[in-house]
Amino acid sequence: MTFFRCLLVLLVMFVAPPAPAQDDPFAGLASGNFDDVSAAIAALALSGNPQAAATIGALQTDALFAGPEAAVYIRTDDGWVDARTGQKAEGVNEDDLNPVRVNNAVRRAIDAALGSLNLFSSSATVRAKAAEDVFRSRDPAALPALARAIAKENDAGVRSVMVQARAAARLADPASSDTDKLEDIAVIRARGDIEALGLLSSLHDQPAEVATAAAAAIASIKRSEQLWSVAQSVFYGLSLGSVLLLAAAGLAITFGVMGVINMAHGEMVMLGAYTTFVVQETIGAHAPALSGWSLPIAVPLAFLVSGAVGIAIERGLIRFLYGRPLETLLATWGLSLVLQQAVRSLFGASNREVSTPAWMSGAAQWGGLTITWNRLTIIIFAVMVVAALMAALRYTALGLRMRAVTQNRRMAAAMGIRTPWIDALTFGLGSGVAGMAGVALSQIDNVSPNLGQGYIIDSFMVVVFGGVGNLWGTVVSAFTLGIVNKFLEPVAGAVLGKILVLVLLILFIQRRPRGLFPLKGRAVEA
Amino acid sequence: MNRFAVFFCVVAVVGGAVTLAALNLNTALGSPWHVPPYVVSLVGKYLCYAILALAVDLVWGFGGILSLGHAAFFALGGYAMGMYLMRQIAGRGVYGNPVLPDFMVFLNWKELPWYWHGFDNPIFAGLMVVAVPGLLALVFGWLAFRSRVSGVYLSIITQALTYALLLAFFRNDMGFGGNNGLTDFKDILSYPLQADATRAGLLVVTASVLAFSLMLAYAIVASRFGKVLIAVRDAESRTRFLGYRPENYKLFVWVVSAIMAGIGGALYVPQVGIINPSEFSPANSIEAVIWVAVGGRGTLVGAVLGAVLVSGGKTWLTGALPEIWLFALGALFILVTLFLPAGIIGAFRRAPAPLPAPEPAE
Repeated sequence: MTFFRCLLVLLVMFVAPPAPAQDDPFAGLASGNFDDVSAAIAALALSGNPQAAATIGALQTDALFAGPEAAVYIRTDDGWVDARTGQKAEGVNEDDLNPVRVNNAVRRAIDAALGSLNLFSSSATVRAKAAEDVFRSRDPAALPALARAIAKENDAGVRSVMVQARAAARLADPASSDTDKLEDIAVIRARGDIEALGLLSSLHDQPAEVATAAAAAIASIKRSEQLWSVAQSVFYGLSLGSVLLLAAAGLAITFGVMGVINMAHGEMVMLGAYTTFVVQETIGAHAPALSGWSLPIAVPLAFLVSGAVGIAIERGLIRFLYGRPLETLLATWGLSLVLQQAVRSLFGASNREVSTPAWMSGAAQWGGLTITWNRLTIIIFAVMVVAALMAALRYTALGLRMRAVTQNRRMAAAMGIRTPWIDALTFGLGSGVAGMAGVALSQIDNVSPNLGQGYIIDSFMVVVFGGVGNLWGTVVSAFTLGIVNKFLEPVAGAVLGKILVLVLLILFIQRRPRGLFPLKGRAVEA
Repeated sequence: MNRFAVFFCVVAVVGGAVTLAALNLNTALGSPWHVPPYVVSLVGKYLCYAILALAVDLVWGFGGILSLGHAAFFALGGYAMGMYLMRQIAGRGVYGNPVLPDFMVFLNWKELPWYWHGFDNPIFAGLMVVAVPGLLALVFGWLAFRSRVSGVYLSIITQALTYALLLAFFRNDMGFGGNNGLTDFKDILSYPLQADATRAGLLVVTASVLAFSLMLAYAIVASRFGKVLIAVRDAESRTRFLGYRPENYKLFVWVVSAIMAGIGGALYVPQVGIINPSEFSPANSIEAVIWVAVGGRGTLVGAVLGAVLVSGGKTWLTGALPEIWLFALGALFILVTLFLPAGIIGAFRRAPAPLPAPEPAE
């Protein structure tokens, strides 16, 4: 029986006259000839026939069957459907049907056809995606479908993608006119991304006028790309600057305002980072519901931990060394070694994992600019910390006393200010700010006992560059150094860029030993 | 008193080194008097550190310039010597290239960079040991002292200098072996480095150089020049108002000190067998400062004593109780600055060494 059916199919294939595919694409589908089937698929896709999508989709899933007299049926879960009308077909005998078979050429035709059919999908995302596919494939065969789709399209966004797709396809079509091509180049120039650039660069054998327009468009796109990359460098620079600012803000208080060289400043940052780690572990173990809040919780705790350690350092060590800056430097360096080793003994020498909360992960794309949320958060955080610090110095009673003590210690003491306590609190404030910096740095750096060491030289450079005793100077210098660093990096490489910045800084300090914004005064150094 | 201490120290250093060398070479392996070769190299290393400490004491103790980057000069001298030793390998490396050092063959370099030329000549290399640190110190010091950068600012930019050099020497493109530095040396002036006699000879040479440096440093500080230098340390502005040019005095002693450190580094490299960028790390420079602080700032002999004592303690502690070493070093920094501001030598002096007057509050 089966043998006879195969024989019959063969007979039909040889005996039956070629189906008129142009007039009735469905007949072509039923022809059994792979070339005819491919042609029929293309014709069907362009015909705008409402049944086209369903029919070609059925072909893709092997659910399309050909019957006698060029009848075409789709097998569905509840019976047979006539492909031409979309109506349920009654009285179909399965024995009379043969599946429409496909080979690779037919599959390609199906894919292309479905691509242009998706241009008419009811979902805007699918339509935009289909247009984008055409833009990439630049297939002139899709042009008629695109033209109809553009005419029908109501969504402005999808429409513009379709226009771009049409432009790409028309540019690839040798038959299109020069006027069209010029218009198309304008469209693609307006698109202005890396794919547009690729498309324009791949154009050749074009008339002179078109080639000139394409060259101009390429230049324009490259220019705007350059602008975006400058903007991206500025963002990276701001990000690096905010890290430097956080690390240096505390130092601007202890070194800048009090004049204490605290080489253990980096270790205050490191303690803040470890506080974050401990907070995260504790929350993870006891209150997992709060895990998204671990960073906001860690910020005040880090301030308190580092601030308390700072006050202890001031009371226990630094107050004996006021007026002897070089000795202070050595003693605090020794202290930094002790703190590092203590943390290493407590937490181990390896890096500790501090996770990034969900609201800080990911990135946003804005034009040619990629903005990662954690970097953006740190920039905002740095600005907030410095603003709070300035406000504390400017508007609180403690800030007033701090400024009084640093400006004229003896006069302040005569006015009844307890200067030793103010010293301790000022040092604690600076150290606490360093601890808050540690919370932020735990997000972008390895939390290890050596965390602080990497920032100490940079921090001193920022404070010295900005001018000692001047918070605004510190802000300007941190962001300047960050941005300069990021602009040097692509030219000179990361390490060489950093070295260049250091050398430039050393030279700068020779020229202006008091920094960018020196405090004005009449005091002569001893 | 001071002259006596310097004389005693010179005799002790040279005599001790000669005795160690003789005991190493002329006694049998099992003899109770035998000194094993590793002790010879170890003592040689300490004496190189002592040269560095002397250099730091010269600028810090007498010029009031706290350098946190003196290890940079030490390492530069070491690299100059290392380059000479690399060229001496000549074809006996792993890759057997007659000209290129192994790391260059490994990096696929085709020819020797221009700045490596001439280092096969020991006289040229010796010149570079002096010239490279000296020139760097000259340029850096001329810029810094002329614009009156002083005190902690100077300390911080010297630290930045050594940090920049650290980063630079880590780069493979620099042509100094990158991370691994220069090593696998074979011989020096065609004496094999592994031989006991060479090591003993190096120890005696190092001790002699240390003794000479000590006498030179003493001659400088005891001279009229040294008196002005001490005046600059204690009251720079007042000295300037008296008609002296403090920057010139500082620059001279700064360059001498850098050269001294460079020579120390050059002697250090053949005895430890390697030079790599970690020698530039700021921590090394600060460790050199603590040697001086422990021994006694501004005493010269104290610097030598401090270097040998602290490095010896480090060798013992890192072997016996590695966890404790950093605690001990940190505590040493704190305790010495708090309770022993004049160092060990200062504590035994009848009259305490004059310390710089405290700065006014504002």
